[in-house]
Amino acid sequence: MKKTIASLVTGAALFLAAASFVPAYAGEFILLQSTTSTQNSGLYDHLLPIFEEKTGIEVRVVAVGTGQAIKNAGNCDGDLLLVHAKSAEDVFVAEGSGKQRRDMMYNDFVLVGPSSDPAAIKGLADINAALKQIAAAKAPFASRGDDSGTHKKEISLWKKAGVETVAHSGKWYRETGSGMGATLNAAVGMEAYVLTDRATWISFGNRAGHEILVEGDPDLFNQYGVVTIDPDHCPNIKSAAADRFVDWLLGPEGQAAIADYRLDGQQLFFPNAENGDS
Amino acid sequence: MQDFAASFFEAFRLVLGLNPGLLEIVWLSLKVSMTAVIIAAIVGLPIGAFLAVARFPGRGLLVVTITALMGLPPVVVGLVVYLLLSNAGALGPLQLLYTPTAMIIAQTILVVPIIAALAGQTLEDLNGEYRDQLMLYGLGSLARLRTLLWEGRYSLMTALLAGFGRAIAEVGAVIIVGGNINHVTRVMTTAIALETSKGNLALALGLGIILVILAILVNALVFLLRAAAERSAYA
Amino acid sequence: MPILPVTAERLFVQRNGRALLDVEKLTISGGGTTVLVGPNGAGKSLLLKVLAALHQADTGRVLWNGVPPDRQRYCRFGMVLQTPVLLRRSARANIEFALRAVGCNGSEARERAQSALEAARLLPLANASARVLSGGEMQCLALARALATEPDLLFLDEPTSSLDPASMQTIEAMVRSASKDGMRIVVIAHDLAQARRLGDEIIFMHRGKIVERAPTLPFFQSPGTEDARDFIAGKILV
Ligand SMILES: Nc1ncnc2c1ncn2[C@@H]1O[C@H](COP(=O)(O)OP(=O)(O)O)[C@@H](O)[C@H]1O
Ligand SMILES: [Mg+2]
Repeated sequence: MKKTIASLVTGAALFLAAASFVPAYAGEFILLQSTTSTQNSGLYDHLLPIFEEKTGIEVRVVAVGTGQAIKNAGNCDGDLLLVHAKSAEDVFVAEGSGKQRRDMMYNDFVLVGPSSDPAAIKGLADINAALKQIAAAKAPFASRGDDSGTHKKEISLWKKAGVETVAHSGKWYRETGSGMGATLNAAVGMEAYVLTDRATWISFGNRAGHEILVEGDPDLFNQYGVVTIDPDHCPNIKSAAADRFVDWLLGPEGQAAIADYRLDGQQLFFPNAENGDS
Repeated sequence: MQDFAASFFEAFRLVLGLNPGLLEIVWLSLKVSMTAVIIAAIVGLPIGAFLAVARFPGRGLLVVTITALMGLPPVVVGLVVYLLLSNAGALGPLQLLYTPTAMIIAQTILVVPIIAALAGQTLEDLNGEYRDQLMLYGLGSLARLRTLLWEGRYSLMTALLAGFGRAIAEVGAVIIVGGNINHVTRVMTTAIALETSKGNLALALGLGIILVILAILVNALVFLLRAAAERSAYA
Repeated sequence: MPILPVTAERLFVQRNGRALLDVEKLTISGGGTTVLVGPNGAGKSLLLKVLAALHQADTGRVLWNGVPPDRQRYCRFGMVLQTPVLLRRSARANIEFALRAVGCNGSEARERAQSALEAARLLPLANASARVLSGGEMQCLALARALATEPDLLFLDEPTSSLDPASMQTIEAMVRSASKDGMRIVVIAHDLAQARRLGDEIIFMHRGKIVERAPTLPFFQSPGTEDARDFIAGKILV
């Protein structure tokens, strides 16, 4: 009796051990180092099945902040990079890690805040003025603080508004050091203003009393780029499959699929690949 | 509070609907964590046994270190394993990053100190009780250890369960080395992290409830096995 | 390779400056039963453990038949510790384990375990978990286990300390019959009446030293030392 139980347990254990070493998918796949907004908004769930159906190439997405995605790709831990921080992407190419960076689509950032709106910025068309008012009112503002694309954008906006956020960090200016979703959760929790890309906001499930207060300023433009990795820098990467995916994304089919994606009836991303090279 | 009610509803909906996506995630969680615990047991039990019976200079320091490592932060382990397995790292050529194997490696590192320390303590106590008698049987040190392992099997099972609890519940390490890739490396905890970041708090909590239920089921299973084995010893 | 005679020379054990054991010379040989007596803390248990090579003395040496103890010869040796140590399995399995350790195969171990259980009147408890037995039942089982392997030399450390009178008689009968069959026995007794009943000779220990060693009758009738006289008379020794 005891022996049977023991051998049963051992058997089950060995089976489990063996099972876990069988890879889940044996087919061809590429690894995409990506920003989080494209994943959290559900865009990949819409795009990837179409591409996989057509080519048989599976796209595995690792969604992290733009800063980390660029670093991982620089370590050759991805076959392709999809982020939204143009200057950092250009540096990535200039340093020799990236082969080519191209515009893929855009949407925009929005400034979100509690409906009580303590800095009275609702309806302003000028993000610069809105940020100045928030600083003047010392109203809580949640920053990503994680070197992501959104964080980089936010820093450049504060700079333009002439506000030295470092001096206020830990007071009204609060750096969460987390992803967009975690930062939105924090902002909702502490009634803070927060800058977010529109796609993440629309797909965000925990908006509570928060709403979009400032939008439409040309300064809030949010460009997504796709960057191929230089095979000279990373000899092991799957260039050919990655190139096929890029060609599809930037080609008429991929661009149409991006434009098709809607959440709550709203279009989240606007394709703007140049047909040809940038 | 509304979230709480909603999340229980979500949990039931997910379980009752036998959502195939959920099953895949649950199955992968179990596979990764159980494999990690089995490997950690193969590594950690001998370490614990050695610490229990061997006497050598520096043993105290080693025991303290291993006990302290029970509190290893998962993120740190994740980071170290990432740096090793990255294509820029020493083990890059193995191409293990962003695979379940990478997650198993990270969790094994987290669990080994737990099993080694708890098993070491158990076996040390048992050795104090049994050493003389087992010597009288003329058993060598290896045979004595084997007997101690068998005599302490139930307490050792608790050490394994503690390790399993740590493995199945951690997110910091697996999200870095696994990448939370849908259908490939997404497990319960990384799915919870993802749903939280999407603001789907009810769904996230629902997954959390399922994770807790899963942990309870695994522990209950071991409890029943133990009870059955003990009954057969009395019979 | 036989285990007897067991000899010890200049054994010395101390802890925190206190001498726990200080034995100049001791030989256990021949046949019969030796009873070790002395007040609590005299070093009786420690002496047996050192002779059994379970404990290493600080200085001095123990020889089994002229050579240092080795693992192989434990199969000719049996010992019941002061607190019996039983494995977490059934009474029967405990005896079978000991028999297999001395080299019996499975069926032989089963048969001999069965007769050992019978001899110790433990059959009703044969399949109970050894860890739930009463203190007295555990002592019976430990003795039965030690006798089952039919050792040449048997050490018993207060084997009847928690037994009822009937069980004590059973155990003493088992010891006597083993002794008659030629087994060399050393038993620690806290009960002087038992020492008289079992012993061919008495070793009296006090403060780690062997104070007196004499045949049973002369020891009780005319103790050679003041300490032994006081001990027999039930006076507290300092
Ligand atoms: N490992 C040990 N460390 C310190 N003291 C010990 C140790 N083992 C035994 N002693 C001491 O040695 C003395 C003799 O013990 P023991 O031989 O068990 O006495 P007894 O004659 O009653 O069997 C006691 O005072 C006991 O406290
Ligand atoms: Mg004693």
